[in-house]
Amino acid sequence: MSLTTSTKFAQPLPLNTTSSRSKEHKLLFEPFRTNTFLGSTHKLRCFNSLSKSNLHRRSAIVAVSDVVKEKKSKSSTNLLITKEEGLELYEDMVLGRAFEDMCAQMYYRGKMFGFVHLYNGQEAVSTGFIKLLKQEDSVASTYRDHVHSLSKGVSARAVMSELFGKATGCCRGQGGSMHMFSKEHNVLGGFAFIGEGIPVATGAAFSSKYRREVLKEADCDHVTVAFFGDGTCNNGQFFECLNMAALWKLPIVFVVENNLWAIGMSHVRATSDPEIWKKGPAFGMPGVHVDGMDVLKVREVAKEAIGRARRGEGPTLVECETYRFRGHSLADPDELRDPAEKAHYAARDPITALKRYMIDNNLVTEQELKTIEKKIDEVVEDAVEFADESPHPPRSQLLENVFADPKGFGIGPDGRYRCEDPKFTQGTAHV
Amino acid sequence: MLGIIRQKVGAGGASLLRTRSAVSALRSYSSAGKEMTVRDALNSALDEEMSADPKVFLMGEEVGEYQGAYKISKGLLEKYGPERVLDTPITEAGFTGIGVGAAYHGLRPVVEFMTFNFSMQAIDHIINSAAKSNYMSAGQISVPIVFRGPNGAAAGVGAQHSHCYASWYASCPGLKVLTPYSSEDARGLLKAAIRDPDPVVFLENELLYGESFPISAEVLDSSFCLPIGKAKIEREGKDVTITAFSKMVGYALKAAEILAKEGISAEVINLRTIRPLDRSTINASVRKTNRLITVEEGFPQHGVGAEICTSVVEESFGYLDAPVERITGADVPMPYAANLERLAVPQVEDIVRAAKRACYRSVPLAAAA
Repeated sequence: MSLTTSTKFAQPLPLNTTSSRSKEHKLLFEPFRTNTFLGSTHKLRCFNSLSKSNLHRRSAIVAVSDVVKEKKSKSSTNLLITKEEGLELYEDMVLGRAFEDMCAQMYYRGKMFGFVHLYNGQEAVSTGFIKLLKQEDSVASTYRDHVHSLSKGVSARAVMSELFGKATGCCRGQGGSMHMFSKEHNVLGGFAFIGEGIPVATGAAFSSKYRREVLKEADCDHVTVAFFGDGTCNNGQFFECLNMAALWKLPIVFVVENNLWAIGMSHVRATSDPEIWKKGPAFGMPGVHVDGMDVLKVREVAKEAIGRARRGEGPTLVECETYRFRGHSLADPDELRDPAEKAHYAARDPITALKRYMIDNNLVTEQELKTIEKKIDEVVEDAVEFADESPHPPRSQLLENVFADPKGFGIGPDGRYRCEDPKFTQGTAHV
Repeated sequence: MLGIIRQKVGAGGASLLRTRSAVSALRSYSSAGKEMTVRDALNSALDEEMSADPKVFLMGEEVGEYQGAYKISKGLLEKYGPERVLDTPITEAGFTGIGVGAAYHGLRPVVEFMTFNFSMQAIDHIINSAAKSNYMSAGQISVPIVFRGPNGAAAGVGAQHSHCYASWYASCPGLKVLTPYSSEDARGLLKAAIRDPDPVVFLENELLYGESFPISAEVLDSSFCLPIGKAKIEREGKDVTITAFSKMVGYALKAAEILAKEGISAEVINLRTIRPLDRSTINASVRKTNRLITVEEGFPQHGVGAEICTSVVEESFGYLDAPVERITGADVPMPYAANLERLAVPQVEDIVRAAKRACYRSVPLAAAA
């Protein structure tokens, strides 16, 4: 069952459907009104007829499947989560938040260096998706990757140590803030270039299909989730991979963390049609828009999309409308975003929202949540202590891991690396 | 672009028809004196490795139903099906990244670029996703992938389609860069590349595809494989060392023949691997001949020749009896006009002249030009 059908949301005149979002940046669109480049000013006039009260982008779900709507309508009698699930989500989100806050402290204290991009505010997306995944499922992230790794199960100690550049880090200090990898937890990496992670994630999904269909590993139903931002959706690799993933029905979910800003470039100033989810149907896959500040809504959509992928029904594009509470990176003065906009989203903090939901529905007590918060504080403190005390990578590590093959000379007929054969560097070059 | 490629394919296909019968004959009777084209050597190596390991698959533009833009993948779709011979859309960045992602999960993709010029659209994935992952992940994620396709100057295709990328890729740690010349090289190195646990850039040459080379029974054996990182001395000599790779090996051998008639004994080294570079073989040869000429089609600055010169200066400076000379492509984008194009790439006579200069047998460079 698909979340939406491609015909349902296909829009022949995209400008007519983007109106409410475009409105908030009315001034930015002003010059276009008299610009004959767009051909017809008739369509553009619809900007004028918009409700003036709509200062911010819609925060509710714009387009989810009937299934999700049905579930929501039932939610008054039937809660979206159990107590255990709620606690797990809460713990993961609180961990993400506390960890990132600690990173900021440590960065300003000079314990970590380079670019450090924090995830504050977007926790509902990472938690909403990744907590539904199995260990074998893969996650590909961006340079904003600490919290994805934590959600996927990499320990706070390993991530913190990596950030400190220590030998106990998840990549022994060779990766850094933007390059978290974990083979054990199938974290395929943080990718520091825009769009770079999408094809790699699509390849991981391809390998899952290949293992099932060519290598006959019938039980291989692994799903890959690719996270990336709104800025990436203007990059060619995004389109290339939507096409191939749909074409080959790959088990992947494309998750757009639309935090409205690509560093200092507003999404609506960069994108002709700011409703990213609509690009899904254009490639023959469902496109869904969800409130990325509400972990329960994200989770409902994620369940559908991951289930679809696992059943072999192909990819889904999910646009999560979210917001980062801090600048692009810790080096970003963050001067371009409107304080009113920041305040609007700050009031919609996903952690607070989940807390309220669980308490209002008598799922948990305040005390239970406090216990979790205390536990997480300890986990993060411990991670910092561990990282601080850990050794720096030894000098000998510098030249290791360039190749899987220790010296790069390939494998001999005996199946062993040629560099291990003492005769390899002796004698004549004749072979 | 496509028009040009199609035209070439037509020609390539015709030459393939000629050689196919030879090969099928060769496969049925294992008698001596056999020859094989580079195209069939590559095709058979792919075929055997795909047959040996179901994790190996081929992806790229026109590799399947079209049988390969240069017919390297001829017959593979029929044999292995569309799940293992994947026709991709024209999306280098996309499908190269997909290949890398599949390799992260232990598959062994062979990604074909219609020509290596198009790898520029995907260089981010070759360098940033493939070459660096093993290091960044501290050895957790290895990337057993092969990027292959024709590299370097073809004929009459202009600047954007005539560019040697050997020194580009060879400058990047984490990559292995192989440059086959003969059919033996093509078979042995491609098999080694596919079996290798690391990303390999495999630079073929379009103009060599149709060329036939003698080939031994040993090379035809399905277990045959050449070591990565070892050069081959194609012709022994004592007066001057000539290093070359890919198509330029043929030119160097021709130059050596001409030089032999004039009493100069040239040693020709077929580099085979550009990274890791076989410095010990090169230096051993230079210590013997005391003279060195490097030949490549690529640009001079920061080229393969520059690296070889440095290695010799560092390790064998005291053995040199003459200045080292680099024969390279001209330091210009490739011109289209046939006469200019010929001037822009090394010719046999350039190598001969340089070798003579090194052996003090000719007038200086300015006068010769």
